[in-house]
Amino acid sequence: MTQEYRVLLEHADKINPESAADYIQVGGYKGLEKAHSMNPRDLTDEVKKSGLRGRGGAGFNAGMKWSFVPQYPETKYVVCNFDEGEPGTYKDRIICQKNAQALLEGMAICGHAIGSNNGYIYCRGEYPFVVEMLKNAIGNAKESGALGEFNIEVRMGAGAYVCGEETALIESIEGHRGEPRFKPPFPGVEGLWRMPTVVNNVETFACLPYIMTNGADWFAGIGAKSYPGTKVLTLTGDIENPTYFEVPTDYLLRDVIYELGGGVKGGKKLKAVQVGGTSGAFIPPQNLDTPIDFDSMGAIGAALGSGAVFVMDESRDIVDIINRIAKFFEHESCGQCTPCREGTFRCKEIMERINTGRGSLKDIENLKVLARIMQKASLCGLGQAAPIPITSTLEHFEYEYLRKLV
Amino acid sequence: MDIKLTIDGKEIEVPQGTMLLEACRKAGADIPTFCYDPDLKLAGSCRMCVVQPKGWRNLVASCVTPAQNGMVIETESPDVVEARKVVLELMLARHKLTCHTCEKDGECNLQDYCYRYGVTESRFAGKVHNLFKDDSNPFIERDYDKCVMCTRCVRACEEITGARAINVMDRGHHAHIATAYDGNLEDSPCVFCGQCIMVCPVGALTSKIAAGQGKPAQNDKVLTTCTYCGTGCTLELNVKNDKIVGVTSNRDAEWSPVNRGALCVKGRFGWDFVNSPERLTTPLIKENGEFRPASWDEALDLAAEKIKGIKEKYGPDSLSMFSSARVTNEENYLAQKLMRAAIGSNNVDHCARL
Amino acid sequence: MANYMDIIAGCKDKPGGIIEAYHAIQKEYNYIPEEALKEAAKAFKLSEAQAFGVATFYSYLSVKKRGKYIIRMCESAPCHVAGADEVLKAMEAYLGIKVGETTPDNKFTLELSECVGQCQATPVVTINSEPVFNVKPEMVPGILAGYK
Ligand SMILES: Cc1cc2nc3c(=O)[nH]c(=O)nc-3n(C[C@H](O)[C@H](O)[C@H](O)COP(=O)(O)O)c2cc1C
Ligand code: SF4
Ligand code: SF4
Ligand code: SF4
Ligand code: SF4
Ligand code: FES
Repeated sequence: MTQEYRVLLEHADKINPESAADYIQVGGYKGLEKAHSMNPRDLTDEVKKSGLRGRGGAGFNAGMKWSFVPQYPETKYVVCNFDEGEPGTYKDRIICQKNAQALLEGMAICGHAIGSNNGYIYCRGEYPFVVEMLKNAIGNAKESGALGEFNIEVRMGAGAYVCGEETALIESIEGHRGEPRFKPPFPGVEGLWRMPTVVNNVETFACLPYIMTNGADWFAGIGAKSYPGTKVLTLTGDIENPTYFEVPTDYLLRDVIYELGGGVKGGKKLKAVQVGGTSGAFIPPQNLDTPIDFDSMGAIGAALGSGAVFVMDESRDIVDIINRIAKFFEHESCGQCTPCREGTFRCKEIMERINTGRGSLKDIENLKVLARIMQKASLCGLGQAAPIPITSTLEHFEYEYLRKLV
Repeated sequence: MDIKLTIDGKEIEVPQGTMLLEACRKAGADIPTFCYDPDLKLAGSCRMCVVQPKGWRNLVASCVTPAQNGMVIETESPDVVEARKVVLELMLARHKLTCHTCEKDGECNLQDYCYRYGVTESRFAGKVHNLFKDDSNPFIERDYDKCVMCTRCVRACEEITGARAINVMDRGHHAHIATAYDGNLEDSPCVFCGQCIMVCPVGALTSKIAAGQGKPAQNDKVLTTCTYCGTGCTLELNVKNDKIVGVTSNRDAEWSPVNRGALCVKGRFGWDFVNSPERLTTPLIKENGEFRPASWDEALDLAAEKIKGIKEKYGPDSLSMFSSARVTNEENYLAQKLMRAAIGSNNVDHCARL
Repeated sequence: MANYMDIIAGCKDKPGGIIEAYHAIQKEYNYIPEEALKEAAKAFKLSEAQAFGVATFYSYLSVKKRGKYIIRMCESAPCHVAGADEVLKAMEAYLGIKVGETTPDNKFTLELSECVGQCQATPVVTINSEPVFNVKPEMVPGILAGYK
């Protein structure tokens, strides 16, 4: 199997993403109709049964997440995480630019399930043109009546990767510094303005219309059993076809690179591939025959994450890339908790030292200690994941470090 | 509803909703903290209070993690100790370690915990930011090269005082405490209450008034009631060689029931009058334009005689009394009683209305 | 130029809308002037220190004056391996400024950014948020000459 399997992107470039009418013509808003005909509990069960798991990185069962939302409060929120800050990732942008109405429909379906008419899309500040497009798409959908009572407001981020973390995102919508909250309480119980809130990724929401129209069993039958459906991937780095693909989740990483991706650029050999964005592990060539789904990636110490696939050829300097990544985390740490605020900075310092040939074995020892504590003791996922590129390359590419020591 | 959990091998029961920190302390464990403050909203950010729940992949910050039924907690496991040491080393890596001249020496969380965990230096030493704030205000020294970014000052300023003068600016490793546009406190809504000094766990915020007059361990602490106003805040006088050298807060609800340690600029910084050589120590009576010392009896007799004279000549309504916010309710009550019952005038007022 | 008072008044009713207000202010002024920040603080019932804390948290927002065109060079890993450093050097050489600075004629401000989500065509530069794709050092003069 080396073909793409397009569900979310089936009608890409053939319909106007702003137009509800276009979308309805290809079967859109049928899922919401069906959802409205069900009671919220059955709807949630149906989504649970489909096996849909979050596409934002944590891979939590969507229906399960919704089921934690208490019934009684009057005000609840449906929030779409369109912060898409993982370097190398642009799949949410593609989904919006090709099929924005599916996102809106998915949010409304979730709204019905949890009893909310208040939707927010938090779009990263780097996409002002997508914000405009989304506003038009919402206006068009509202006008056509397709969204019913469900309202959606678009809010813009302002250049902070950490605001992709769901509670930092909520803080940001509230107009605060984007500092993650400690959990519990989880957003499902206490989220936006302290009211129950479901936060899901763009891609997660966009799957819902198709689950509703084709049935949970249909969805559960696509791709990997434990993480069914399709996944939109974005290929970057040393690859012949640096573009996006939608594949079933049991698709092999090797095929992503050598079939769809057209192989390593210029026919060079592969050195490493980083999946899931900048916080992902570096995967050595011997692990390429792994399906991309959440659990298979986890089994090799990696993560599907956002679905970014960053390919590095044999000529690449791993330490230099890790140095760059360390700078990313130092720049993006919110600064709240000690292990991450100070740790990302010291990681960057040590990496700079090693990268410029001034590092010692002691530095590598200290990196390992720091990485361990950042993973174990940071407040949020940023600090916990920041050392993964370091630890995974120390595991698979240690010689690249040793080579650069004084 | 109570829940049961095991902490360092000891089984205890706590009410549902209790945070692990409290549960651990109840079980006798000594949990170090920086950002936790019982009077402020939780932050859960310093990560000093981490403990190990059995079977969990990560450590948890005990100050913000609710105890769960059946949890098995270790508070000094090797992982916990390593994490705390690294947190301390990360703090030290940017810290201006000058304990010998530091006002906080002997009463500093960072110093105490480094001692406890045997952290003498940092493996992560490197670049330090120069964050000392040369703030010309007369009361508060702001040396952010000693700051551990616990944000207690920010929370105290907002939640206790309501001034919201300071906040965190920038982010990541560049984040630090600042007023708007990183200016001086005098140009901000700061009211110089010094609540930020009260909550600071290290020597980043200290009193300029008390500076250099004695370290915490050298001073006796004497509780008294502030004489400035009728609120009756408890003050903790720092006394050295029978002289007041500073005022700090006693935050214990039992000892400081009115203010729980919170003070205003007068109580916290305005105590130097106590030892002033210009202070009056006896009543003075003016004769021929000159003051001369007198005894209390003499002075009171004179005042009573004059008041009586005025009352006889012009009637009781020609007299009025202004009492002071610096005296207690009971004294104010007596004052109006004197006016109404003894002198017969209803002209009673109070400086707080002026 | 729209007055910042009007801009803020337009966002005032959005709960938590101070970041939206900052975006709108920056669209006009390219940064958040001090008076505008103070006005926004009032409108959203924050103290100035709080409003300042928000403005300085986000890398897209600036409380320092910037040029008419804000050039942001992406330096995240995909752009980094595609040669972002060389492009950056070419930018600095052409403009005669370093990262973080503004040209003396107040036309260009040069900044670094993390991934802007256009990794299909690395390295990427954005100029006032418009992405420019597949930038090579030799293309820099041609690209920047287009901005008057
Ligand atoms: C540092 C950090 C950045 C994140 N960035 C994103 C992001 O850009 N987009 C996203 O959907 N989820 C992101 N997440 C995950 C979210 O916290 C959250 O799990 C997700 O939005 C839930 O949606 P899902 O269940 O549909 O995946 C991030 C998490 C962390 C810790
Ligand atoms: S881990 Fe990093 S980003 Fe997350 S709260 Fe701590 S400092 Fe902020
Ligand atoms: S703040 Fe504490 S650790 Fe730092 S110099 Fe003062 S006493 Fe020493
Ligand atoms: S002295 Fe009081 S008002 Fe001033 S910054 Fe400190 S807590 Fe805030
Ligand atoms: S100044 Fe003191 S109270 Fe404020 S953040 Fe720093 S260490 Fe904490
Ligand atoms: S005391 Fe618990 S995290 Fe700071």
